[in-house]
Amino acid sequence: MPCVSPDGKPTSSGMAVLKALKDGASTPKGVSSVANKALFRVRSGLRELEKAGLVKEIDGNYKLSEQGKRLISSAG
Amino acid sequence: MTEEEHIEDVGLPVLGKKAPDFEVLTTHGTLKLSDFEGTWLVLFSHPADFTPVCTTEFIAFSKIYDELKKRNTEFLGLSVDSVSSHIAWMRNIEKKMRVKIQFPIIADLNKEVAKKYGMVHPAQSKTQTVRCVFVIDPEGKIRAMIYYPLTTGRNMKEILRLIDALQITDKHKVATPTNWKPGDPVVVPPPATAEQAEERLKEGYKCKDWYLCLKKL
Repeated sequence: MPCVSPDGKPTSSGMAVLKALKDGASTPKGVSSVANKALFRVRSGLRELEKAGLVKEIDGNYKLSEQGKRLISSAG
Repeated sequence: MTEEEHIEDVGLPVLGKKAPDFEVLTTHGTLKLSDFEGTWLVLFSHPADFTPVCTTEFIAFSKIYDELKKRNTEFLGLSVDSVSSHIAWMRNIEKKMRVKIQFPIIADLNKEVAKKYGMVHPAQSKTQTVRCVFVIDPEGKIRAMIYYPLTTGRNMKEILRLIDALQITDKHKVATPTNWKPGDPVVVPPPATAEQAEERLKEGYKCKDWYLCLKKL
């Protein structure tokens, strides 16, 4: 499922990916395992979340951007 | 150049070669072929949404999806319809047939993927994709292809059997005989030298002759 809605907000799938990153996952495989989502969906979702400015990628590893951290904190 | 001539100019994918790359809009967002790296992929096309044979196929594809996932394999459907059409059709199948389609479907409106994979056969239809199945391995190589005409729905058991056969072949370096199914004996690769042919007969395989030996896994 798409991880970012047309209005730029993360979908429930997107939030699951962001939470997995917050919980320490950093690779697509790790996120797939923590979020219990198919690997192809995670790869696609991370791309969308990165475009939305919620995630940063460095050498194949992903982490929350400041914007992503704020969003996850406000979501509780 | 007519569209028919143009389509005929496009080569078919080749077994054992890298599958043509793509980045496409699907019912699950934008997907790239590389998103499936590390998993087996069954890329299949259907002629059109809201058509009878395709609907029976999608219900059947959906019913074997869990079995497919147990084999580290994903489905990716395709037709030249829009994402909105795919969504409406999926919702209709769920409402009327009580089957939820959980795998993504490509909206190949400009036939970009269809042309790369030779999915449009003008003698069948100039506008619709025929019923193709491409099995792509975790390294992105084309491992098997099936082409069915518009009028004939595909056999799900054969698709599962094909995946099983390819995975067994890779894991054990064997081949599978006609009508093979999981649990049946497999074919030991033919010997490359006269010495191997002689030794083979002593190795405890069930041999009809030196070139046709079967074994249980």
